Amino acid sequence: MSAPPLIQLQDVVKTLGANRVLDGVNLSIHRGEITAIIGKSGSGKSVLLKHIIGLLEPDEGSILFEGRRRAAMSPPEKKALRQKFSYVFQETALFDFLTVVENVALPLAERKHAVPAEIQRRVRDKLSQLDLYDVDHKYPAQLSGGMKKRVALARALVTEPDIVLFDEPTTGLDPIRKNAVHSMISDYQRRFGFTGVVVSHEIPDIFFIAQRVAMIDGGRIRFEGTPEDIQQAPDSEVRNFIEGLESPRDPMTGIASHSIGQQHLRREMSRLQRHRKPFSIVLMAMDHPENIDRIAGHMASQKLLKRFADHVIQNSYLTDTCFRYAINKIMVLLPDTDEGQAHSFCRKISRTLRQSALFDALDKSRHVGYTLSAGVVQARPDSGLEELIAAAEKEQAVFYEGRKE
Amino acid sequence: MFSLVTLKTPVAAIGREVLGFTRNLGRLFLFFARGFLLIFQPPIQFDKIRQQIFFIGMKSVFVICLTAAFTGMVLGLQGYYALVKYGSTAALGSAVALSLVREMGPVLTAVMVIARAGSAMAAEIGIMRISEQIDALKTMDVNPLRYLISPRIAAALVCFPLLTAIFDVVGLFGGYLSGSALLGVNPAFYFSRAQSSVETGDIIGGFIKALVFAVVTVTICCYQGYYTHTRAEFGAKGVSISTTSAVVISCVLVLLTDYVLTTFLL
Repeated sequence: MSAPPLIQLQDVVKTLGANRVLDGVNLSIHRGEITAIIGKSGSGKSVLLKHIIGLLEPDEGSILFEGRRRAAMSPPEKKALRQKFSYVFQETALFDFLTVVENVALPLAERKHAVPAEIQRRVRDKLSQLDLYDVDHKYPAQLSGGMKKRVALARALVTEPDIVLFDEPTTGLDPIRKNAVHSMISDYQRRFGFTGVVVSHEIPDIFFIAQRVAMIDGGRIRFEGTPEDIQQAPDSEVRNFIEGLESPRDPMTGIASHSIGQQHLRREMSRLQRHRKPFSIVLMAMDHPENIDRIAGHMASQKLLKRFADHVIQNSYLTDTCFRYAINKIMVLLPDTDEGQAHSFCRKISRTLRQSALFDALDKSRHVGYTLSAGVVQARPDSGLEELIAAAEKEQAVFYEGRKE
Repeated sequence: MFSLVTLKTPVAAIGREVLGFTRNLGRLFLFFARGFLLIFQPPIQFDKIRQQIFFIGMKSVFVICLTAAFTGMVLGLQGYYALVKYGSTAALGSAVALSLVREMGPVLTAVMVIARAGSAMAAEIGIMRISEQIDALKTMDVNPLRYLISPRIAAALVCFPLLTAIFDVVGLFGGYLSGSALLGVNPAFYFSRAQSSVETGDIIGGFIKALVFAVVTVTICCYQGYYTHTRAEFGAKGVSISTTSAVVISCVLVLLTDYVLTTFLL
């Protein structure tokens, strides 16, 4: 028998005032996964999140942690459970009477056996990872909305929690910062293996980092599954909701969105099968962005990706399709191109990359090395799209090495 | 049509009100009891208590001195014109000193601190509530009662008696200013009568009042702020109503408990 899910909501009902906000929610959250909760405004996403952490108690139903009901736990057990959690509030909920440093230090300073020097070190680490410089002694009221968001993230992550609940962590941030926050969540999940629950409107970006997606509608979970599942959900309501939010262009890089790219891929595949029109795909990736993140901050890797995307666009023809394939991957679809021509396309990009100072994108002058890799595959009429992409991933090899001295 | 229901409705309404009132009273008491006990939970929050003492105590000193001086001066004036009819102006010292130490000192100190610090407490905690800062404390496993309320209770218990003492002394000199310096009562009589008539019991009684007022004031003001979100009004409106009711309820309760305490202490 497999282990029970880390968190399980069973028939949770909550009425606030005259409003039945949650009407029998059933949801499982598994250890080490990022679960995205999507849904219309006012559909009870935040209320659901507050039930998970225990700020609200359900009227009916129960919430289980590793198979045990929270309501049946003893006070010390509840306390131990609470210490595993962190919560990023939608409106940041920063302490307005404390400075940025004091805000971020508070969850550590209020714990028993806190060592001031250690706290200072961890606070400073988190602030620099989130690109927060020269704001240490400012008060939240003196910061911009985006900065407050990042301070709130720093405060939630400084305790290195097991479970982090994010209530719209990227609302109000610009596209680069949005991507930086997403890449940070994803990077931290890989490094520390935390379990994340993210309430988000960022479709499709959130699908790049989430392993599971749940859509809440009318107080119930309308859909639960992987990001791939939800994009092909049979329920037209679910699909309409997703397509309504999705913009045809990726806001950060300006290249096509994931779903547009998928459409073009399917079209080219059928052209190949019917009319024998060849095409190739190039899957380009920034390798180990976390190395850049750790040295130069999460903004750096995203700025770099944006610059890289600019180069790809400049070198491609009008008929080519560049689209965001994953958080750090760009796919280029080259119609009427064989593998040899696709390779020369890659060489052309690497040439222009060498001529330009890609790293001007980074303001903080630090030594950072990075590599870009590409996988080139020509489509065959007898293979499916999945096989084609899998082949491209397998083919990936470093085609450009950059270094900032 | 007359029915039993119409007869029962007003009774039920009274019952609901009484039950609601009793429930609130119970919540208020538990709020104070928890906040008070958490003062002693190690590690004791000396730094936060110190900050609150500065805010409640130190920053009130000027206002307290000003009020005390004028209260003493008015007592001197009124006392003089009342006593001069009986030719016993020498008793002015005891009249001023006793009314200050027993009544005016503790009560007016409490009222001034409510106006200055109590309203600020209710507003500050109310804003923390509506901006989810109190929820944020809970998510960090920080007990909001211990973090926000306990230091304020501790600080009030320290500050109220001290401020009352300052009030008494400044008021006494205020009475001297109007009674002796302006109206010509012999200063030696004034001070010796003041000294001889005030007994240790009076001073202790005054301090007991100050301590009780500290508890009443802080509990009401923090409670009003802390439960801002349970009001029918939301946001800034809710905070403004919380602040108003904090000031009104604690002032009324201070005067009410003053009467009760006086009957026991006399």
